[in-house]
Amino acid sequence: MVHAVQSGHPGGSLGCTEFFVAMYFNVLDYQAKPFSKTGENEDVFILSNGHISPVYYSTMARAGIFEVNELNTFRKIDSRLQGHPATEEGLEGVRIASGSLGQGLSVATGVALSKRVKGDDHWVYCLCGDGELQEGQNWEAIMFAGHNRVDNLILTVDFNQQQIDGSTVDIMGFSELGSKFEAFGWKVLSMNGNDLSDVLSTMREAQAAGKQGQPVAIIMRTEMGNGVDFMMGSHEWHGIAPNDEQLESALAQNPETLGDY
Amino acid sequence: MIQFEVAGQKDTRSGFGDGLLEVAKRNDKVVGLCADLTGSLKMNGFKNEFPQRFFQAGIAEANMIGMAAGLATGGLIPYTGTFANFSTGRVYDQIRQSVAYSHKNVKICASHAGLTLGEDGATHQILEDIGLMKMLPNMTVINTCDYNQTKAATIAIADHDGPVYLRFGRPKWPIFTDENQTFEIGKAWHVNEGSDVSIIATGHMVWKSIEAAQILAEKGISVDLINIHTIKPLDDEAILKSALKTRCVVTAEEHQMNGGLGDSVAQLLGRKLPTPIEMVAVNDSFGESGKPLELLEKYGLSTDSIVEAAQKAIGRK
Repeated sequence: MVHAVQSGHPGGSLGCTEFFVAMYFNVLDYQAKPFSKTGENEDVFILSNGHISPVYYSTMARAGIFEVNELNTFRKIDSRLQGHPATEEGLEGVRIASGSLGQGLSVATGVALSKRVKGDDHWVYCLCGDGELQEGQNWEAIMFAGHNRVDNLILTVDFNQQQIDGSTVDIMGFSELGSKFEAFGWKVLSMNGNDLSDVLSTMREAQAAGKQGQPVAIIMRTEMGNGVDFMMGSHEWHGIAPNDEQLESALAQNPETLGDY
Repeated sequence: MIQFEVAGQKDTRSGFGDGLLEVAKRNDKVVGLCADLTGSLKMNGFKNEFPQRFFQAGIAEANMIGMAAGLATGGLIPYTGTFANFSTGRVYDQIRQSVAYSHKNVKICASHAGLTLGEDGATHQILEDIGLMKMLPNMTVINTCDYNQTKAATIAIADHDGPVYLRFGRPKWPIFTDENQTFEIGKAWHVNEGSDVSIIATGHMVWKSIEAAQILAEKGISVDLINIHTIKPLDDEAILKSALKTRCVVTAEEHQMNGGLGDSVAQLLGRKLPTPIEMVAVNDSFGESGKPLELLEKYGLSTDSIVEAAQKAIGRK
């Protein structure tokens, strides 16, 4: 997808692939069709770091939320698959626009409150990036959800320690990130986001820890560009597209690639 | 000139508070959020009656707007309450992406707009909010003129599926609109029929325009007075009809000239019916501390300013 339009964000998308597959094929209790805009009586997933739209769209299409061949239109004119997710053209699966960072956790908290008001005991899940936690709005939401015991909310932080200008350690470190959440009243778990079985078991653990007066945060260690040797261990592949040669090399390293669109 | 009976004085924010309580009784999807200004926004009645539907966001407006977008996603109708400054400029990107672009049914209710906030001074006296909000696609922008109109608008916007910015103010102000009015979004109120000059006013300046029209009537000048409570979508038809009749226009608002009602009216007339226009508005400056009426006087928003603008507009025909 990213190669076809020579733009997009492959690094974070590859790092979160196992997480998305786990969510849409196992963890989330939802109906792929017809898509419910309000998500009433089902689990709701809110993506905050909208730039990893390639993995978001790919997973939703293959989960049957919209047609797989629509992935061909990604980032092209007249597409429902905008560079960053949007509701404007009515793409099934997307309930809120994201792209400008730091807003998704507030939205997810609001959806969780709506379920509380309506007596709907389903979960609200949110994914955000680690660099994204530099946006102050997240901490407003973290403070609110902890204080108000929004315990039907499970946040996963994609802890790949990379952002556009370099490593998060150099730019704005997150030492003791788990303790920060705990200090705001959250239950904290961690997992290896590139190990599918760890993701599945930790999400179950999060559900077991939830609905007991505390929101849950999972610090998910991932490797940006996971599965493609030249993309791993660097921030360089945050927002650039592979050329023909690089695409060939990347696909050769992932023989199970679907190639179905 | 029609004579208006003033049914006492009340702040428009109380119209919001009373309207919110009433609409919440009728519609159980209505929920409220406030950023540590429950008393100032007159939201205590709602909060006490419906504690499960009220969310105290604390001094964290960005999160409040985001949560409102989430509550709307879940099918509820959230009303957010804080000062106009913190309802708009402070949270513009949150409104742009999470509310307007995402088509969320959020009602952004903003008190203490404009100079009449008074003594707190320019940090709190936002005069740019109408412009900020009307530029956003999908956004409806309303600025009400008295207690009754604010109450009616607060109730009416629950039935409009989409984001709304509802702007009102702090001071006690004459009540002169009908207690039992039906508020229709986008439909101007023809306050007075006249033939010499059109005065198109919004918010607190509607009452000032009525006072000006009375003075002008004594001078033998007949004013066609229109209240535009909905700045977006604008009632083009009502404005064009009036301008075609009088051939000169004055706009009056408690806002910057750039980006306000006058700006919208001038754009419409420029495109459809070029007409001399004078604007009573704040001219590219910040406000300051003072009493509401002193401030309106100092910044050229008094009754006399409207009278002078009308005479000038007539002279340009």
